[in-house]
Amino acid sequence: MNIYVILKRTFDTEEKISVSNNKISEDSAEFIINPYDEYAIEEAITLKDAHGGTVTVVTVGDEDSEKELRTALAMGADQAVLISNEDLEAQDQYTTSTVLAAFFKDKEYDIILGGNVAIDNGTGQVGPRLAELLDIPHVTTITKIEISGTTVNIERDVEGDLEKIETSLPLLVTAQQGLNEPRYPSLPGIMKAKKKPLETLDLDDIDIDEDDVEAKTKTVEVYLPPKKEAGKILSGETADQVKELVSLLRNEAKVI
Amino acid sequence: MAKKVLVLAETRDGALRNVSFEAIAAAKEISGGGEVFTVLCGDTVQSLAAELIHFGADRVLVAEDEKLANYTTDGYFQTLKKIIDDESPEAIVFGHTSLGKDLSPRLAARLESGLISDVTGLEQAGENTVFTRPVYSGKAFEKKLISDGLVFVTIRPNNIAPLEKDESRTGDVKSVSVEIKDLRTIVKEVVRKASTGVDLSEAKIIVAGGRGVKSEDGFKPLQELADVLGAAVGASRGACDADYCDYSLQIGQTGKVVTPDLYIACGISGAIQHLAGMSNSKVIVAINKDPEASIFSVADYGIVGDLFEVVPLLTEEFKKVLV
Repeated sequence: MNIYVILKRTFDTEEKISVSNNKISEDSAEFIINPYDEYAIEEAITLKDAHGGTVTVVTVGDEDSEKELRTALAMGADQAVLISNEDLEAQDQYTTSTVLAAFFKDKEYDIILGGNVAIDNGTGQVGPRLAELLDIPHVTTITKIEISGTTVNIERDVEGDLEKIETSLPLLVTAQQGLNEPRYPSLPGIMKAKKKPLETLDLDDIDIDEDDVEAKTKTVEVYLPPKKEAGKILSGETADQVKELVSLLRNEAKVI
Repeated sequence: MAKKVLVLAETRDGALRNVSFEAIAAAKEISGGGEVFTVLCGDTVQSLAAELIHFGADRVLVAEDEKLANYTTDGYFQTLKKIIDDESPEAIVFGHTSLGKDLSPRLAARLESGLISDVTGLEQAGENTVFTRPVYSGKAFEKKLISDGLVFVTIRPNNIAPLEKDESRTGDVKSVSVEIKDLRTIVKEVVRKASTGVDLSEAKIIVAGGRGVKSEDGFKPLQELADVLGAAVGASRGACDADYCDYSLQIGQTGKVVTPDLYIACGISGAIQHLAGMSNSKVIVAINKDPEASIFSVADYGIVGDLFEVVPLLTEEFKKVLV
């Protein structure tokens, strides 16, 4: 099976965010594989173990993204592709998905996996957009997948409920938490990853002109939410605190 | 410039979802005096059309087909694509719901349009509408506009106020028929897991538990409080990782990002990833044994104490006042 994973390098979830010059400051920030994409990588490796084939991880990013690709290789992916975005002035989900579609145009793929959302921009657009551009079905927020032949049975999370879906390959799916428990790269895995193929492509290599993928959206301002004022810590006997809280919620906050 | 705006209405358990009324309000603002029309899909949904008009829609298109009884990407995609081709709207508003998140990017790709997801506010700036949305799960915000072509947005439930309901409003309700073919994904079964039926992302009140809840049983007093308040129950990653509850309840940077009117955090210490998912709630109550817990730094009201003592008392007190 030809298995592909699209992944994104994101800020570590531990990071505090600061803004300078109307941009999120990346100085000294730690980066990780987007956590939802880790589920996708893990599932891809599991599918390969069951069905055979090759796992290729792909990202659109800057040269630093090589680190996250190497981590995916260390987890067990076979090869990696870094599509450089350094010629792109502004990149939105339209841009990223169009670039990825150009990459996939001459590839053979049975399944493409990704995270259901990236924790930085949080749009969840690139997966379904890519599926449409490739004219294959997609299933989002999956928590279980079983493939037999070209038939695929999937369970997906729909706002807390569980939906059972039947579909077929080729297919794009996006991972929801609960799909699996991503493995940590082992030491031998890390050593092997250094020797696995990692190809870097620029836009020319996939026949994309940067003007054709110009972002359709524009960010005009980035700002931090106002700091919350210190709240009221109640005191006294527990029963009295509870009474006071209920009264505050009704009369001061007026939310009950 | 007046715009023609399409709103996709959504139903749950046979009723319209609040986010659809909020989407109409957002569409009104985007339209700048133009027409707002709503698309309603399902197997038998015609009777709900009037309510969309009461909440501000000028016109409703009803697409009824047994293939639309359950949401499928292809069924809804084909229906919406046909209507968009016929009507040529200049803007489209969906809810940022499970359905909206699944369908909107695919449609945007076909329409070769930009899409601004998860909008929490909007304002007019000259010819453009500028949309506010959270990034990094609410650790920061950005203002965006669509610089080219169709304006397509999804709005987060609970953030944009619906217009006041006016039962005297009237508008045109018309059936449209769409030939739906080749569904590539088939829904075999829907298993209800959400216990109360109150959806986390749309809930006005959330009662959430963390590691302090200590066990699956420990969620019972939280559920009892939620039942009295008509609230949804959520959880921190700690509680999910410890198997006290299902991952579908998780709130945080991984998990759901929520903005209810009232968030009651019980036994949650307040890791930065959890705070990212809930700190933009309107009012936050924290109940925790540890006075140093960082959840108190975002709380409007705090009680330092044992949740197993405080929560049942709170349930009783609310029962008294909410009679």
